[in-house]
This record gives sequence, C-alpha cells and structure tokens, in this order.
Amino acid sequence: MPQTISEKIIAKAAGVDHVTPGEIVTCSVDLAMMHDGSGPGRAGKQLDALGVAPWDVSKIVVITDHYVLLDDDNSVALQRAATEWTATHGVTKFHEGEGICHVVLPEGGHLKPGMFCVGGDSHSPTAGAFGTFMVGIGATEMTGVLATGEIWVRVPETLRVHVTGTLADGVTAKDIILKLCGDIGIMGANYQAVEYTGPAVMALPMDDRMVLTNMAAELGAKTGIIAPDATTVATLTSLGVSDIDVDTWQSDADATIARTITIDGAALQPQVAAPSSPENAADVSEHAGVKLDQAYIGACTGAKLEDLRMAARVVKGRTVKDGMRFIIAPSSKRIHEKAAAEGTLKILEDAGAMILPTGCGGCIGLGPARLPEDAVGISSTNRNFVGRAGPKSSQLYLGSAYSVAAAALTGAITDPREFLGEGDVP
Amino acid sequence: MSFIEGRAWTYGDGINTDLLAPSPYLRHSLEEGAPHCLENHDPDFAPNVREGDIFVAGESLGVGSSREYAPHFLKHLGIRAILAKSFARIFYRNSLNLGLPPLVCADTDRIGRHDILRVDPSAGTVENTTKGETYTCDPIPAHLMEMVASGGLLAHLEKTLKKAG
Ligand code: SF4
Repeated sequence: MPQTISEKIIAKAAGVDHVTPGEIVTCSVDLAMMHDGSGPGRAGKQLDALGVAPWDVSKIVVITDHYVLLDDDNSVALQRAATEWTATHGVTKFHEGEGICHVVLPEGGHLKPGMFCVGGDSHSPTAGAFGTFMVGIGATEMTGVLATGEIWVRVPETLRVHVTGTLADGVTAKDIILKLCGDIGIMGANYQAVEYTGPAVMALPMDDRMVLTNMAAELGAKTGIIAPDATTVATLTSLGVSDIDVDTWQSDADATIARTITIDGAALQPQVAAPSSPENAADVSEHAGVKLDQAYIGACTGAKLEDLRMAARVVKGRTVKDGMRFIIAPSSKRIHEKAAAEGTLKILEDAGAMILPTGCGGCIGLGPARLPEDAVGISSTNRNFVGRAGPKSSQLYLGSAYSVAAAALTGAITDPREFLGEGDVP
Repeated sequence: MSFIEGRAWTYGDGINTDLLAPSPYLRHSLEEGAPHCLENHDPDFAPNVREGDIFVAGESLGVGSSREYAPHFLKHLGIRAILAKSFARIFYRNSLNLGLPPLVCADTDRIGRHDILRVDPSAGTVENTTKGETYTCDPIPAHLMEMVASGGLLAHLEKTLKKAG
C-alpha cells in the first residue's frame, strides 16, 4: 500500500504495516524534547508527583532556551528545575544555554530520518527538515509521554507544497513560508502534515529547510517534513550522526496526497507579514516605506548561520540608520562561534548591530530585544501576534534576514534586493 | 460527564495563545498568570468570569504556541467548557488533557455574550436557555471521553498506572 513519509514513520512507531489518514493509533516515542518553559519545571514536576520514573532517559533531551539569562525569581526557578530534574533522573542529554531547542536538537546529533519524536513546543516540526516526524505537545501531554513512552496520534492527511524552479537572489525559504501563510492562512493546514517538495526546496541548505518545517506551525499543521537527500546526509554526518537511512523514508510516488499547492519559485518576491499575524503576508513592495524603530534577527527560525550570512551580505560596508535598533541573537552558541570565526559577526557589528547571547528572548518579548511601547519593528522570527514581542501598543512585521537587515539600513521596510550588489561574504 | 451550566463569554476568530496566555506571564504560577488572560483583547474577561462559565469562540481557537497555560488560565478562572467553530490542534489536546471539554460547534455565532448555556459534553449538545435554542456539536472522540470525564490526563494516568502497578 503506497504511503507518504509521514504515514511510514507513524506506522513504524505504531508497530503496524501501514496507517490511513484519520485513523487513531498509539505510537512509541523515539525521542522527547523539552525546554525550560514547559519541561522539567512543569511536565517533570507532574511526573514526579505521580511517583513514576521516566520511561527511558536515553530518549529524553532537555534544552534550556526560553528563560536563560533572566534573573527574575520565576526564570531562575525554571532553570534550576531543569538542572535538578535532569540530574535526579540521570538525563545526560541536557543542553544548558547552548541555544534554542529546535536548533540545538539537530546540532546535538539527536535527530535522523524516520524517527517519531515529540517536543514540548509548538515549533517542534522544525525537526521535519531532517526527515523526522516531530509534533509539538503541551506540558501534561508530555507528562504522559514521560510516564509511558507512548502517545495517541490521529494520522494526518498530507498537504504537499511543491516549489518549482529556482528562487531568485534575495528570495529565501522565509519568503516561501510567509507566502503560504498569506495564501492559505494560519489554520490552512490544520491537522495536516505539510510535505515540502520540488527543486527550489531540495536546493536549500538545511538551515533554510528548517525554516519551512518550523513555520508549518504557522499553517496550523501537525508537522512539516522534507524527505531526506544527500544534503541531509552530509549535514547529519558532519554532526556525528551515522546509520542514516535515506531510501526507506521517502513518500511513495502513488501515495495519497490530500492537496497539492504549487508555488512558482522563480516568480516569488520577498514577503513581509504585517501586524499582527503571519497570514498578513504580502510582497515586500506592498509594505515598502513603513517606518520602523527596530530590526531583530533572532529565534529558532531566523538567526541560523545562513540567516546571519544573509544579513551580513546586506549590511557589509554600510551603516545602520540613525535611530534604528538593530539587534541580533544567534540561534545557538555554535552558530555564534562559527559566525565569529568566519568574520560574519564582525561585518554585522561594524554596521552597528548589537549582538546578544543566544536564547528565545526577543521572540517572546523578553530581554533587551523586547519592543518598547508604541514601537514598530521587523523581525526574522515566526510570530507577530499582539503582545508577543512587546506591549500591546507595539507592532511587528515579519520578513527574511535579508529584509530585516535592509530595514535596519533604511529605517523602513525595504526590498532587500536593493542591497545585494556586492556578492558573497565574507 | 454531567451538564455544565453557565454564562457564555463570546469571541470571534483567531483568538491565539499569546492573547490567552501573554508571554510575560508564562514563567509565573497559575495564580499570578491567569488574571492576565485576554488582557490585551478583553480586559473585562478575567476580573468578571465566574466558576462554571463557558468560553465561546469562532474559528482557529488557540492557534499559536503549545503553552498549556492558554486553556489552563481559562480553567483556573472558572471556565468549564469551550465551544469553537474550530480549534488549533495543540490547544485542543491541551484542553482535553486538563479535563476541560473542547467542543466543535458550528453555531457559535448564534450565542450572545452572557447567554446561559447548558452543555452536555458526552452527548455533544448545547442548550441556549436564554434564546431557547439547541446546538449540536461534534462529539469528543470516544477514546478520549473517559480521560476527560475522569478529570484529565493526570487523573487518568494515576488511575491506569495504579491499575497496572
Ligand atoms: S525562538 Fe521563539 S518560536 Fe523559537 S522556540 Fe523560542 S520562543 Fe519559540
């Protein structure tokens, strides 16, 4: 029976030959990822209160990112809960302050194609870039997984997003996903698995593929996934992962696809989403000239090495507009170090960017990148709901790292292709 | 699960988790955080909602983050059932796990603020006693009704783990 990659992974996790969309099955979890927000201090505590030990500590990964570097009592308590809970239960896959969970998870070599994973965060589908099936769950659901190693799943239909051709210079994965948010809305793929295919997708490096799967959450999807290929294998191998099965984890040619959306990659323009929803996306030209106070490159989706390189390419030899705050928080320590070593950070700093330590921070309105009262910002993050990145009076636009960097230079929403003359950096 | 009777708090489409549980209060306790529920959308809600009230919304209720505080704030403030035309999937599961029945109901536009509703989660029916109307909801999947009725996933786990152990 022909199946999609998602159906194959669920079937394996459920211990059956095949599954059909709509069917409810119980799956064994290959990996459960938790962060400091919903993890040890919430799900972990609930598990302890039940008096049950975690089902398999070798399958649990804890990554602190949401409240690192904050010194209020609640943040400190959540950090401490993570340290203590992992120590008490012998969880050795514990990454403290190393970066944002969805980026540290693959960096730590924890993912590979065919795995069935859950994460205590809505952007857990990010892992789908590696051919992994990963869904976001809440804290109590996580408690259930920690206790039993199992979770019920309604097998999702597959929505295929096929991106043809080659993206133009200055057009990125972020523009693909924002375009989709604009076209089908933030519930456009509700309960579905979004599978990205096509030459424009497979030409993307892993950093950019992760943007597509990360923001499947902004389509309301259960997950996003991309079948593994040579790029996946090369990246995973460089991260120390072995025994990577590419052939099994592909959708069969005649598998049932509920809906296919085709995007003309060559014709795609840079996209900017207006306040206060990703579905308010439109071609950058529609918002060009909107005056801004802050430009932020950060979050799991928007400050990976490729994003920092895009920003550097735009600002190289130029200066941030007077009065603009240009803030960058790399998605992980490892990315920070690489960007420093190759000179990318220096270009950004020379242009006037403020570099913050890694963490969720500005994405959820915490720390120095929180938008001030009445401020208008643009960011490479994934959500711009009212009150998320700053007070109710603030407004947030979303765009690619290219678009955010271009806005930093002009103090307004700008087509980044105006600044792409000078070629590659460093 | 028995009837839930209370006043309706009605909202439109796209009530997201950032509105229900604003990010600055996620690291706080339920007691500290819940009063901020919907403060950026309807500041009258949190101070005035009462035990037994019913939350009513349009499409895409709970879209956004996986934060369980979104339905948990509602429950803490007294909400005992949620009706919406459609739910974001994590919010839906979180509500079930907390023992707060989420019902998919196509007729939420017919419900007025503070109408008195009588909700039967097991049967999937809603009686609007203010308007004299009855609405039919999609039933909660059978494999979950027992968990919701026993008060949520934690209570259910306690029962089943005890049985097993
Ligand atoms: S960076 Fe933002 S979207 Fe990503 S995990 Fe952190 S809070 Fe969530």
